[in-house]
Amino acid sequence: MSAAINGAALFVAQLVGDHPGEVSKRAQIFAVIGTVLFLALVVELVRRRKLVERYALLWMLVAIFGVVLAVWNDALNSIAEATGIQSPTNGLFLLGLVAIVAMLLNFSAAISRLSEETKILAQTASRLDAEIRELRGEGPHARNGNGNGAAAEGAAVAAADEAPPHEQG
Amino acid sequence: MSDSGTSKLRKLAIVPAYNEQGMVGRVVRDINRHAPDFDVVVVDDGSLDATAAVAEREGATVLRLPFNLGIGGAMQAGYKYALHRDYDIAVQVDGDGQHKPEYLPSMAEALHTGGEDADMVYGSRFLGDPGYKVPFMRRLGNRIFGVVLSVICRQPITDPTSGFRMVNRNGIELFARDYPHDYPEVEAILMLNAHKLKIHEVHVKMNARGFGESSIDYMSAAYYMIKVMMAIFIGLLRRRPVPNAGELPQTGEFAAVAPGAGSAGSASVPPREGGTS
Repeated sequence: MSAAINGAALFVAQLVGDHPGEVSKRAQIFAVIGTVLFLALVVELVRRRKLVERYALLWMLVAIFGVVLAVWNDALNSIAEATGIQSPTNGLFLLGLVAIVAMLLNFSAAISRLSEETKILAQTASRLDAEIRELRGEGPHARNGNGNGAAAEGAAVAAADEAPPHEQG
Repeated sequence: MSDSGTSKLRKLAIVPAYNEQGMVGRVVRDINRHAPDFDVVVVDDGSLDATAAVAEREGATVLRLPFNLGIGGAMQAGYKYALHRDYDIAVQVDGDGQHKPEYLPSMAEALHTGGEDADMVYGSRFLGDPGYKVPFMRRLGNRIFGVVLSVICRQPITDPTSGFRMVNRNGIELFARDYPHDYPEVEAILMLNAHKLKIHEVHVKMNARGFGESSIDYMSAAYYMIKVMMAIFIGLLRRRPVPNAGELPQTGEFAAVAPGAGSAGSASVPPREGGTS
């Protein structure tokens, strides 16, 4: 987001007719304000604990990076020069795109992990639910006496609960 | 068909059911009639109808999943239950009435006699008369996956999408730990193969599905094909800890081995290997 603001500022600068690829003072002020606001937003979210530390750190770094680029616009020029990119703006867009794709991938991985964890929770919940019904005598186990006594099963379960079958990270 | 060798074993029929209030009662009754030494657990996969109540009325234990997990998650819930309750044998009998419980005793027998101690015995429709007219797409998919799996497993797999499967303790432990999500049948065969567990086929007839449509309709057939093919090849690339032949896959082994092993496929391998977070 800060990258986008930054990019927009550079774009404005070019429209206004500064030297191509250079950033005008006006646009820079605009960029600095934008990125600082973004940083403030991230800090506020972290302060209110709306972001888990893992993502908080990520977004803080992005925001700080944005502020640094806005304040120190020569950095962008030197990076562009060093990598042979024609215009610093393009370099910025490229950087932003790569960062966004990387973050999306990261989120996909995080969602996969969450859905796996949710599945395990659902399965465990269903088993515990069945056990509670059985202990209360609501379930069907009250009906049949086919060898597998409910009491023996209960004991086995109690033991098994100490060491759940799937690994604990 | 005396089950002299299997009578002391604890046996469980896992019945996954999603909105099957019309059929699930009959399925439970049929299991109790034809295979009375099997306990029955119905996995109610977040049904919106009276599936759980009907199943319970017929005397089955019911695992109520709080929301729909799909057939893979539902079956795994059943295998976890089997592991917790210390069952020796678990069999999948679909809640839509497609699988005939009268085969259960002979399948249990085949687990020990057929293919020198098989770890999984499954019912194949295509070793003889399938018992009903199998839809063309289903037949085609079976043929394609059958060829691929037969090559990989170095044994004929004639009905890779059959869900009518019975596993011993090794299979229960493996599937309780890790079971595929979407269309689990084909991938589960690969898992067994990767763990060097033995697969044995017996011929069964099946019923056309009782209610509703197959989980594979025309619309999702292409997705199914691509997804399963991808799963097959990613599965081949993925490094799983493979126990030696005859050695039990120990629960918890993944946790010990996986961090070193896994660069590929953190996608659907067991939850959380090492400190990926």
